[in-house]
Amino acid sequence: MSVKVESLSIAYRTLSGDVVPVDRVSFSLADGEIMGLAGESGSGKSTLGTSLIYLDGRMVRLGGRVELDGAELPITDRNGMRHRRMTDVSLVPQYAMSALNPTRRIRRLFTDLLRSHGVRYRDVEQEVKRRISLVGLAEDVLDKYPFELSGGMRQRVTIVLSTMLDPSLLIADEVTSALDVSSQRAVGELLMEFRDRQYVKSVIMITHDLSILAEVADSIMIMYAGRLAEKADTDTIVNSPLHPYTQALLASLPEVGVRYSDGELTGIPGRPPSVANPPAGCRFRDRCPFAMDKCATQPPFEEIKPGHYVACWKVKEELA
Amino acid sequence: MSEVTSDAAPLTAVAPGAGTGAAPAGRARRRSDFLHYALRNPKLIFGLSLELLFVLAAIIGPMISPHDPNTIYATHLAPSHAYWLGTDQLGHDVFAQLVNGLRTSYLVGALGAICAAIVGMILGFLAGWRGGLLDEVLQLVTNIIIMIPALVLLIVIGAYLKTRGLLFEGVFIGLTTWPWVARAVRAQTFTLKSRDFVDLARLSGRRSVRIVIEEIAPNMASYLFLVVVLLFGSSMLLAASYDFLGLGPTDVVSLGTMMDTANNWSALLLHAWWSFIPPGVALTAVVGALLIANVGLDEVFNPKLREQ
Amino acid sequence: MRRYFTRKVITYVLAFFVGATIDWAIPHLMPGDPIQLYLSNFNLQPSGYSSVYKTMAQAYGTSLPLWDQYLHFWDGLLHGSLGISIYAFPATVTSLIWQALPYTLALLVPAIVLSYIAGNRFGALAARRKVLDNTLLPIGYIFQAMPYAWLALAVPYLFGVIWHVFPISGGYAQGLLPHWDWSFIGSLLSHWFLPFVTVFLVSFGGWAIGMRNLVIYELENDSSRFMRSLGAREGLIRRYAYRNASLPQLSGLAIQLGVVIGGNIVAEIAFHYPGLGSLIVNAISREDYFLLQGIFIFIVAGVLIANFIIDIIYVTVDPRTRLAMQGATA
Repeated sequence: MSVKVESLSIAYRTLSGDVVPVDRVSFSLADGEIMGLAGESGSGKSTLGTSLIYLDGRMVRLGGRVELDGAELPITDRNGMRHRRMTDVSLVPQYAMSALNPTRRIRRLFTDLLRSHGVRYRDVEQEVKRRISLVGLAEDVLDKYPFELSGGMRQRVTIVLSTMLDPSLLIADEVTSALDVSSQRAVGELLMEFRDRQYVKSVIMITHDLSILAEVADSIMIMYAGRLAEKADTDTIVNSPLHPYTQALLASLPEVGVRYSDGELTGIPGRPPSVANPPAGCRFRDRCPFAMDKCATQPPFEEIKPGHYVACWKVKEELA
Repeated sequence: MSEVTSDAAPLTAVAPGAGTGAAPAGRARRRSDFLHYALRNPKLIFGLSLELLFVLAAIIGPMISPHDPNTIYATHLAPSHAYWLGTDQLGHDVFAQLVNGLRTSYLVGALGAICAAIVGMILGFLAGWRGGLLDEVLQLVTNIIIMIPALVLLIVIGAYLKTRGLLFEGVFIGLTTWPWVARAVRAQTFTLKSRDFVDLARLSGRRSVRIVIEEIAPNMASYLFLVVVLLFGSSMLLAASYDFLGLGPTDVVSLGTMMDTANNWSALLLHAWWSFIPPGVALTAVVGALLIANVGLDEVFNPKLREQ
Repeated sequence: MRRYFTRKVITYVLAFFVGATIDWAIPHLMPGDPIQLYLSNFNLQPSGYSSVYKTMAQAYGTSLPLWDQYLHFWDGLLHGSLGISIYAFPATVTSLIWQALPYTLALLVPAIVLSYIAGNRFGALAARRKVLDNTLLPIGYIFQAMPYAWLALAVPYLFGVIWHVFPISGGYAQGLLPHWDWSFIGSLLSHWFLPFVTVFLVSFGGWAIGMRNLVIYELENDSSRFMRSLGAREGLIRRYAYRNASLPQLSGLAIQLGVVIGGNIVAEIAFHYPGLGSLIVNAISREDYFLLQGIFIFIVAGVLIANFIIDIIYVTVDPRTRLAMQGATA
């Protein structure tokens, strides 16, 4: 197991009480696995992702632990984590377009960040240039300032920079959200290539867009209102999902080539509950067409079938 | 001197009312949110209280002072029971001068700020709303006026006027400092002009003026208020420097003229600290309180600045 | 870059034009006749008065139509002549300015440069150390709120009158004739120190506060967050933030010049320091309008040149202005 997360809970301290966007989340990732982490806005997926690399001042860990390559990842220890960042865990942030410092040349950023981890730029210069070409950029990009590059180019530079030290785990936070469809495909394939060349061991791809995950991810994990709903390999999620939320999600996606003149394109009625004041029991209950009385208590996130985890009473009963 | 140097101008975090239905409820919640934070912000409370203290002094002081600011009594007396802050080199009662001078300084500051605010808002808004050539011209004018040192210009103008009143001083200070307001207003107008809710209002057929009043002005109001508060302070400081040079109003006393008198009549050498320390301290406290309250207000308007 | 500079130069030329015109226009549009005022100081016989008046009017050109005077004004200006002083007749305005200028520059330049540098360092330090921030911030605001006039009285009172460390008036000790040896230089410096401190202190507060705010903003922005996420040391992030924050501070410097000059004038006057400030006061009290106008134009020109220098520095420091102006954005 490359990554193991056990019952992780993260909270934000606010004036009106604790907000818990990550509630007792447990999952694991194998070496070489690209896992998609999907959910709506406010589901807590970004918080989960970033908590694995940088827990900022407002976030508190309420419980649980994270293991990477067999050893614990001290996510709450700022100093301890500093050495693990970029070397063991790395991040391609949501704001990749503005993540590069505007007043420094790209090469300078590489040099300084590598030096923070005791690596001399000179020693890895060839490799840097090789990877820059790999992502489709000219070598002279290193001499440029970030504002001289387009948004897409900047994102690719960020990807190269983040993975320069071959981290075990890469967290890609909404990397495709601001792109058009063909660029999305390109970035997705880039991540797969980096995984194939072992520049990264495993990847967590955070997105709200299931369609890109269907192309790129090996497994998909669905998150809803701070809790995990379902996790399985991509094929299963796309073709035979079990959790009512996943099913509704997929049903609401338009299919290419299918005309909808015979019926309406339905969404899921209602809105997800606020993580500031979550209801007791299963959080999807109010919008679930199969809700039962039992759903007043939270169903456990269990392995229902080999490699397939679901948190739903109905599913559990049906397969028992 | 206090000037608006915050280029990272925080836009107000107040969300615009989405539609006529949601607006009243939204605004009510906003107001109570605002009050909640306002009453808990130490800088705002401290600054505001101190300021209020001095405003009260300016209003009530002249009424309770046993002496008249312009009458000559005995010269060069240290503070005593009869003369609370002593008398200056010419024989004026320092306390009476102080509280009356506070009034004058407040008046000039307010005049300057209002004048600058009016001119600045009109021009800044026009530049931001219309854009194009008008904007370019106004930017040019703004840059030119900012570059010419205000005090020196005032000196040159004031040197030629035989009688100088408060009105002239206040208005002219306003006319040299309006570029700050204009810049802020212009920047805000630009950002707000392209916001979705303005397009929405346009699409719904509202006339430009209504759009301005209902949608744009409330969002700008908080930021504008901050700028005007800063301008109030800097107007008072500028007026004090101006009065200190002997070009101030010839008929009333101000904090600056007090310091001018002290300087001209060797208060330093005669150890008459009571004739120049009080006006300086008073002015520092008034402007300082304004600055601190301003920072607090900025934190209240913009949650991102608040310490978690 | 050429476009950037052309724009700037046009602004400066226009600003100078406007400044000079205002300068010329004010006395000519104000009520009162400078020559008449001057002559009223002398008890001239009515018979002699008219001829003296006519001569002076001719010499100063006040009998010509306004537009003609305006053209003459520009003619003189472009030849580097600012006219002849009335009270120090026949000294030219330019010569008087040159005499006072070294004192003003000696005060102004170190005060601006040092307060800017020190203010920036302190502000950046305060941005990251909470303890320093809590003490620096109120001090900074207090200094920013202090009127120049008051510091110009309080500082010499403390250091000159109560503690007899420094002299409180003049450019050098009375009784000394200017000559280049150590005693004179020492006297110059000891007279220079207090006015310098006055101008330094007020500006220092403003820079410190401004830099502190900018650095805090930069430390929280996306690129800083990213570097932190990738395990950069806080010191590295601070260095980047400082660099980014320096840019708007630099443009702020250009804007603040007018204010600091005002403060400098006040300090000079309070200390009877023989710079341009004292010259202005002399001009006003002797009603020497030509001197006053000359000083004004000179100061305006100085500010514009300083602005231009800062613009050049800015372009060399900010890669965005440098390259964007060459259309290098993808």
